[in-house]
Amino acid sequence: MKVRIDTDKCQGHSRCYSLVPEFFSVDDYGTSSVAGDGTVPDSLLSRVRLAVSNCPEFAIVVVEE
Amino acid sequence: MTMTPEHTAAGTIEAGTIDWTTDYDVLDAEFVANPYPFFDDLRQQCPVPHSNRWGGSWMPTTYADVSAVAHDIGHFSSQEVGVIPTQVDGDDPFPAGLPPISSDPPEHTWARRLLLPWFSHHRVEYYETVTRDLCRRLIQGFVEDGRADAAVDYAQQIPVRIIAQILGVPLGMADDFTGWVRDVLEFAHEKERQARGRDHIVAFFVNALEERRLDPKDDLISELLHTEVEGAPVPDGHVLGIAALTLIAGVDTTWSGIGSALWHLATHAEDRRRLVAEPELMPFAIEELLRAYSPVTMARIVTEDVEFAGCPMHAGDKVLLSFPAANRDPSVFPDADKVIIDRQQNRHVAFGVGIHRCAGSNLARMELRVAVEEWLARIPEFELEEGGEVTWAGGQVRGPRSIPVVF
Repeated sequence: MKVRIDTDKCQGHSRCYSLVPEFFSVDDYGTSSVAGDGTVPDSLLSRVRLAVSNCPEFAIVVVEE
Repeated sequence: MTMTPEHTAAGTIEAGTIDWTTDYDVLDAEFVANPYPFFDDLRQQCPVPHSNRWGGSWMPTTYADVSAVAHDIGHFSSQEVGVIPTQVDGDDPFPAGLPPISSDPPEHTWARRLLLPWFSHHRVEYYETVTRDLCRRLIQGFVEDGRADAAVDYAQQIPVRIIAQILGVPLGMADDFTGWVRDVLEFAHEKERQARGRDHIVAFFVNALEERRLDPKDDLISELLHTEVEGAPVPDGHVLGIAALTLIAGVDTTWSGIGSALWHLATHAEDRRRLVAEPELMPFAIEELLRAYSPVTMARIVTEDVEFAGCPMHAGDKVLLSFPAANRDPSVFPDADKVIIDRQQNRHVAFGVGIHRCAGSNLARMELRVAVEEWLARIPEFELEEGGEVTWAGGQVRGPRSIPVVF
């Protein structure tokens, strides 16, 4: 699985960071980013999926399932 | 919902006699105490009702419509965000409004960037220790009594003291700040009382600005006074507005969230005991309590005539953004009216959605979580006091104002 943040949509709710701090980062202005090229380690798959389904802005884009 | 032709003065109709699809009253006592059945009925019968009360407004009640209005900043401006209209005689004491909450882009963009770093995860981590110490001291003050008012003695005492530190203003004035903010938000429908609160806030911050200009400290006001935007200092009106907003938006809101959470836990023993037994559920519980008891409703002003969800909205009309209604929409949240303490998928919009997402949401979440954690650590078993009266405030911010509990 590979994801990216649509930074036009991201408004800094930080739900992704709260759920998977190992994978998502948030800068001082609230904009999220993903670790590396966005490829999700197997160990984090279910939690990253949870983050995708909790973003109020639908800002986490699944690039590859 | 029944019809009565006899309604003249706003806010004087008894609950149950109003046709809510054409005449809803956001300050109706029954609605304030439990708005959710009203939202459920409206969603089915008339999902975007209009009412002439309190200056007139539309009130979308579905998640999709609330989110659509919040995202359509072209048609729905933030120039007036008050649920109850502010009545000002003479010059507006906030000439620049309360940026960024009352701003549209491009002003919104730079004003928000000035504020956001003060509420980053990094800063909030620092305030977590301060908040935890404060919560422990408050609990220590009443834990031996076997009873307390969870709203007055606890929830109400927490956010104001953290905000005071961020603003760099005296903690000893916490009760004054609380009173002023209540005047402005909770008593917005009482013109003189709202003006009194507003005048106190303006006078306080005008003075604080002068002090910081001469003697800068490590606080938000000092930084704003010494920051430039595109080569020019931030205008004083904006500094005043941003500082006042931080106080007004950072006190009543979070305190209401903490109060509602404790009210829920006092009245739902199974959820309380599960949370005590399984503290790892806390992050999910906090989001669920935020969803189920979202405190804040905002407003927008229609910029040009537009048909929205089949409704003919006109330029200048007010539209309420009822995040509490959106978050109870059963088409988005299964069992929307049930608090599911470990709800996994929870795309709630308690902090708004779109470019005006609450700038202080990281801080509010931390305060809510720490307040609940510390309470449950010392007082795992508690319930409403028999004969005690739980009271609620509503309008812009909904939450309990008194929660007598025994333990």
